[in-house]
Amino acid sequence: MTAEVSRNRRKALLRGMMFSAPFLLVIVPFALLFGVVATGAGLNIAQVMGFSLAVFAGAAQFSALQLMQEQAPTLVVLATSLAVNLRMGMYSAALTPSLGALPLGTRALVAFFLVDQSYAASVVEFEKRPHLTPAERLAFFAGTVLPIAPAWYVATWVGAVVGTQIPPDYPLDFALPITFIAMIAPMLRSIPHLAAALVSVVGTLALSWMPYSTGVLVAALAAMLTGAMVELLIGKRA
Amino acid sequence: MSGYSELQIWLIILALGIGTFLIRFSFLGVVGNRDLPPFVLRLLRYTAVAVIPGLVAPLVAWPAATGGQADPVRISAAAVALGLGVMFRNVLLSICAGAATLIAAQLLLG
Repeated sequence: MTAEVSRNRRKALLRGMMFSAPFLLVIVPFALLFGVVATGAGLNIAQVMGFSLAVFAGAAQFSALQLMQEQAPTLVVLATSLAVNLRMGMYSAALTPSLGALPLGTRALVAFFLVDQSYAASVVEFEKRPHLTPAERLAFFAGTVLPIAPAWYVATWVGAVVGTQIPPDYPLDFALPITFIAMIAPMLRSIPHLAAALVSVVGTLALSWMPYSTGVLVAALAAMLTGAMVELLIGKRA
Repeated sequence: MSGYSELQIWLIILALGIGTFLIRFSFLGVVGNRDLPPFVLRLLRYTAVAVIPGLVAPLVAWPAATGGQADPVRISAAAVALGLGVMFRNVLLSICAGAATLIAAQLLLG
């Protein structure tokens, strides 16, 4: 490897790190909150860390926690939380043209660390610099992960440790809904997204008679279809 | 987590980890450079916004902490978090303002 090649890779890695460093402002409080809420819900520290290490996806971790607090059956917990993560299939598809040339094992590693932040930073970079080699693209992607993954793990742990010291009557029950609302609200500025969210809310409330929290899944399916159809309708008219 | 055994909790964690990985690996691992049908991509775009509002709605409308009674404290906190989130697209600001409203409203009304 020439000096120039390794210099370009190092530059890509640093660019990735700089790009994703501001995400720490969101990741750290979010992971702290997960640690606190999960511990408050009765998980032990090993289980809380297990979630953050194995799943590494905030919204899905919170969904699982919420449904477990409602005593939903295991299958419903899994189906709903995985549905929250389905958007990552889209990220995977979007990055495949740029990173598909890497060896299978490397692609698996990329997949494991594919989150909202690393995806968002990478698509922007790869579009802006189409001349990057696959190795440089990988270096950039690794750079975006480097600040956020360790922060996610450490902050989860700190939250779990702190959480055990918070008295159980402290009103933490509403931390979760507020976090969810704050995550989703910025997406509600497009009409298809707004329509999907409305169907999701009205549908879930109307279907709350369904057993084992399955109403949320049925409503989600209807909401996804609504979003896609509204997008098609608006797109055709424009 | 009284309803689950230790083993069940670990099963959920493991299955969720494996399932999430498979979703992330799907196209990178298997599809390669082939394109997805546009309608599938279109559906995937709405998954988060289709699931999360549904998870939140019952927690706001009939919170367990108040015995299922609609509660002005929680509704106002949710409204503040939602309004600021839509307006400023800042997750952190929205969480902080929602939490502050929750505490302030609890002190005033509760």
